[in-house]
Amino acid sequence: MVPVSVENVWKYFGDYPALREVNFTLESASCLALLGRNGAGKTTILRILAGLSTASKGEVKLPDRRRTAYLGHNIGIYDELSALENLKLFGRFYEVENPVSSASKWLERVSLAHVADAPAREFSRGMRQRLALARVFLHEPEMLLLDEPFTSLDDRAIALLQDLMREAKQRGASIILSTHQLREALELATKVVLLNRGQIAYCGPRTQAMVDDPAALYRDHGGEA
Amino acid sequence: MRDKLLAGAGALAAVLFVRNLYVMFMQIGDEVDQGAIYRIIYFHVPAFFTAGMCYIASMLASAYTLWKKDLRADAFAMSATEVGLAFAAVNLLTGMIWGRIIWGIWWAWDPRLTWALISWLVYFGYLGLRKAIDDPSERANISAVVNIFAFTSVAITWKAIVWWRTQHPAPVLSIRGADGKIDPAMEAMIYTNWIPLLLMATIFIAIRLRQERALRELDAMRRWAHST
Amino acid sequence: MIRFLKLTMAVAGKDIRSEWRTKESLNASIAFSIVVLLLFSFAFDPASESTKEFAGGLLWLVFMFAGALIVNRSFARELPNDCLDVLIASPLPMAALFLGKAIACFTLLMVIELISLPVFGIFYDITWWNQPGWLMLILTMTTWAMSVVGTLFSALTVNLRLRELMLPMLLYPMLIPALMAAIQLTTVVLTTDPVGGDNYTWVKLLVGFDIIFTSLSLALVDFVLVR
Repeated sequence: MVPVSVENVWKYFGDYPALREVNFTLESASCLALLGRNGAGKTTILRILAGLSTASKGEVKLPDRRRTAYLGHNIGIYDELSALENLKLFGRFYEVENPVSSASKWLERVSLAHVADAPAREFSRGMRQRLALARVFLHEPEMLLLDEPFTSLDDRAIALLQDLMREAKQRGASIILSTHQLREALELATKVVLLNRGQIAYCGPRTQAMVDDPAALYRDHGGEA
Repeated sequence: MRDKLLAGAGALAAVLFVRNLYVMFMQIGDEVDQGAIYRIIYFHVPAFFTAGMCYIASMLASAYTLWKKDLRADAFAMSATEVGLAFAAVNLLTGMIWGRIIWGIWWAWDPRLTWALISWLVYFGYLGLRKAIDDPSERANISAVVNIFAFTSVAITWKAIVWWRTQHPAPVLSIRGADGKIDPAMEAMIYTNWIPLLLMATIFIAIRLRQERALRELDAMRRWAHST
Repeated sequence: MIRFLKLTMAVAGKDIRSEWRTKESLNASIAFSIVVLLLFSFAFDPASESTKEFAGGLLWLVFMFAGALIVNRSFARELPNDCLDVLIASPLPMAALFLGKAIACFTLLMVIELISLPVFGIFYDITWWNQPGWLMLILTMTTWAMSVVGTLFSALTVNLRLRELMLPMLLYPMLIPALMAAIQLTTVVLTTDPVGGDNYTWVKLLVGFDIIFTSLSLALVDFVLVR
């Protein structure tokens, strides 16, 4: 049972192939780190997986949309709505059984229960990030798509995200994340895909050697870090 | 090969055009009420037809663009719209000149003239939108949707304007009234003169398509260069 | 189907609630429509009898100008924090997203129109409630036409530079047929003359415009949002 498979995917921007012949699969309860420089195609793949964009050629297989979560570069919550309203709204979109109780439960989890009814606009940066994480995990997704999750988060939110990701993995969820922060990503990852100019330069299991010397991956497979 | 085909079409258009000019000035007489100026109809009406054809072609190409994600179809839709606008402009200008001489005013709210102006505004928006989108694939997608909307709206407008103007008759005689009185030789000339205009439209579109292809190649090269 | 409607109403409710809390575009467009009504009084003599003949046109020009402010916000509202990406990635059908936003626009526009109408009546000494049923019908149908085309174009232009300029440039010419019908009918409805005969043609045109553009938008919205 392979929940995620990407088969011979191409993506053109005009006549320019931003992705060329991308192939990989991912098993349940595992985590794939998408590595590569800016413009290598990491975001493009994630956007195709999240359904924000379509592949020009090839096929993408994913779990049901209702079981998928996406976190982009930005937090994706509404400033005018309160924390609780935000979660209730997304709970409804993701067809969560009981949006109100799940929303309250998750507000507890990200320590925002005391400000549940305050508009998100009034929150500090860190609080907004935690609210975004609650939004991502609200419907207990089986598939997490995270685009550069560590870049914009503060320390507390990073710690929380790592906890949540570990829990999700234990639950059997698969995770795909793109990142620059090699150390954080490689510790979690079970599989690594390195992209260079829209093509896969390396695809294989994560090894201890990679964690010890992340730069070696780039040295050996083209494209410097 | 394509060059020769285009040159051949151009030559054919020129020959037909000269022949039509000869016939319309030397063989078909002046119109009873209007005198010599009525001959502008041989350009006014075929230009209107040509613009309409271009809009239809561009709508079909846009639907194909959405269906097949084909950038060449998108380039065709854009070229056909541009050329259609050029012919709509011919229709507008000849209409205005004609109106100035016969009715004494530069602009009459005649249905065909009003329609040509509105279609100009609608498709001008389409072309303006294209300029604002950088990624060729996204541009193709979005502008194809706008094109389908534009065509639908322009088609409804055509109907609406005829109703509007028949309810409020303009203070001047309408061209539509003159249609019934037209001499068969004159009507034939309107269609005969449509052929060189259609040929010209085809040539313009072909040239624009070639430019667009070159632009797409350039864009891809630029992106490739920037990706290093 | 019920699920689709629930999601649609969730989107519409979200938009209306956000707008109600900030009232940014609501206040702006109400103020704007009153200013335009005032400015028109300098262009024409409001006391003259002939005012009644172009009253319908005047009213709809005001609604159009004010409406552009509202529809422009429709998808732009999703831009801060990249909420639009989250919505597209969610299982929410794009048609429900679109319809919900169109309903929110429609509601806000109707509020603005119903506030402007009495002001218009006072400024131009026009009895606008002669035929309330017809007036509401025309308001509803034309406002829906503006909302549905406006919302789709708001989605089209949401990522563009010069969004605020691009939207009216595209929107106004495309709405001409609906506006022609609205102007024609409103002018009749503001008098005591019954709507009938030739004017049914315009009612049909409005109904046709609504049906055609609503179905076109629902059919094409996926192409617009998933890039």
